[in-house]
Amino acid sequence: MKKLLLVLASSAAAIGFATGASAQEKAKICFVYVGAKTDGGWTQAHDIGRQELETALADKIETQYLESVPEGPDAERAIERLARSGCGLIFTTSFGFMDATIKIAQKFPDVKFEHATGYKTAPNVATYNSRFYEGRYIQGQIAAKMSQKGVAGYIASFPIPEVVMGINAFVIGARSVNPDFKIKVVWANTWFDPGKEADAAKALVDQGVDILTQHTDTTAPMQVAAERGIKAFGQASDMIKAGPETQLTAIVDTWGAYYIKRTQAFLDGKWETTSSWDGLKDGILTMAPYTNMPDDVKKLAEETEAKIKSGELKPFTGPLKKQDGSEWLAAGAASDDGTLLGMNFYVEGVDDQLPK
Amino acid sequence: MGIVEAILLSVITAATPLVLAAIGELVTERSGVLNLGVEGMMIMGAVSAFAITQITGSPYLGMLAGVACGALFSQLFAFLTLTLVANQVATGLALTLLGIGVSGMMGESFLGMQGIKLQPIAIPLLADIPYLGPLLFRQDIIFYLSIAIVAGVHWFLFRSRAGLKLRAVGDSHASAHALGVSVIRTRYLAVMFGGACAGLAGAQLSLVYTPQWVENMSAGRGWIALALVVFSSWRPWRLVAGGYLFGAVSISQLHAQAFGLGIPSQLLSSLPYVATIVVLILISHNRRMTLINTPASLGKPFVPDR
Repeated sequence: MKKLLLVLASSAAAIGFATGASAQEKAKICFVYVGAKTDGGWTQAHDIGRQELETALADKIETQYLESVPEGPDAERAIERLARSGCGLIFTTSFGFMDATIKIAQKFPDVKFEHATGYKTAPNVATYNSRFYEGRYIQGQIAAKMSQKGVAGYIASFPIPEVVMGINAFVIGARSVNPDFKIKVVWANTWFDPGKEADAAKALVDQGVDILTQHTDTTAPMQVAAERGIKAFGQASDMIKAGPETQLTAIVDTWGAYYIKRTQAFLDGKWETTSSWDGLKDGILTMAPYTNMPDDVKKLAEETEAKIKSGELKPFTGPLKKQDGSEWLAAGAASDDGTLLGMNFYVEGVDDQLPK
Repeated sequence: MGIVEAILLSVITAATPLVLAAIGELVTERSGVLNLGVEGMMIMGAVSAFAITQITGSPYLGMLAGVACGALFSQLFAFLTLTLVANQVATGLALTLLGIGVSGMMGESFLGMQGIKLQPIAIPLLADIPYLGPLLFRQDIIFYLSIAIVAGVHWFLFRSRAGLKLRAVGDSHASAHALGVSVIRTRYLAVMFGGACAGLAGAQLSLVYTPQWVENMSAGRGWIALALVVFSSWRPWRLVAGGYLFGAVSISQLHAQAFGLGIPSQLLSSLPYVATIVVLILISHNRRMTLINTPASLGKPFVPDR
């Protein structure tokens, strides 16, 4: 088993093993990825965070990771393997690892776990998340300004709260600029399938949207947008390379600071269960440069970003109605985090039926 | 361009890699070898096509590299299962896993690079036919090749002496051997053809479908191709029909969603598979025809007695 791990481990971790005795004293910090560490999106962002962590605390820790771990029963085996191999702190970086993480955490009470984007905690399981929706709100505003037709296409992955929240924030942002703005949603039912994501993008463009945004992990939709001469938003990583004249901005996940903070706490023996949910102001997500747009749109985006950072603007603030027209938030009332994290309804203006 | 044309264009792009990989596997299986490594050969084709395109700047050289790489990679399978008589199912699965791993490693330095797309070639006169022209005669070379290969395979299997021998090997390797046909050699060549086609299918992914390289970008298409072979009951044109049916249903479900028909997306996403099952049931209704077409020695090892 140790051999297998060695093969799968990062080169850095492998060097750590090779140095023998000194490696034994270092704490082992481990990561479980749902995709390839070079996917250009979600997982790559986590891996950059891991590398930053390794650079920052190089003399105290070594890191290890398993990539392309499918959500489901396989995840349990992968996490357990890491826990057995002596990892002190394990970051599981996909929503679908939630139950597997909780289950393995019960078996290994001395190992600390951190699960990204989930909502279940335990004495040795913390959760962490990023307020991606803040970025999506800004994107919605940009889309409403930039779209000639007033319709954007949204490539969604799975109907989990995280994704639904993103769609809602995008629509609320867009409607704050153009109250008649519409979006078309296509559920790809995958996080990672370039072909299918491209097909979804083509379908949306063929049906007349002139702005694309995605909540899937590859740059394929950006490429289709570039080919068809429309604008698009990047997801999780800066995708400007795939569409130098296409990308308006991207939500860039920057996990590094969080990983360093938590690992430091772990090393100091001060690690505690938390449910951390940071946003733009904490730097856990940043907006890629606002490109390919006129100055006034850029100015609006920057102003909104500043307002969100200062706390002056909260995207989910009333008056807001649910899709069926019923009241959700009264004027001036902001949604609590619990509702957002369990979000299973659309707000008014989303032209799609939420898969149940 | 009308919406119907737009849909059909997407369907062709989505179906071509399936048809290509499946037609290669069809020939392999007709010779009695079950190669479950289609996915692995496909992804190797995709990565080498992309890499060579980046290095030389010519997508055509890239395409050839994809074909060569797929063919070469398949020979590993052939050596293990035909010469060393390893279990075909296990070796095929291993080939897939190996292909995904090795391609990830090979492709590491090509990640995030701007792809170069294989440009469409308009066929003079035919390209000007209304409706049909833009759909069928302004396509990239891989689409034309896919149709030519299917026609060629049909002719080869059912009209040529060599094809007759290949089918004999697949139906009863002992009899074919007794008649003096070299079973092992035939199978080596059939596996190589299958690998070349899967490599070409992979090249289509990284040069036409989504001109970029990302790890594991075939995303299970090799497995669909394998299912298509059974679906076609080992007949080439039926395979094309199956591939396009699958492509058509998967693309139209995306359009149905974008159109906002209000049908649950999970149901729509499962439609291509449901359609496949329904057609399979209809086809297998005629049990005798199915049996006649199934290569009787499929998956059985052959050790010539000397």
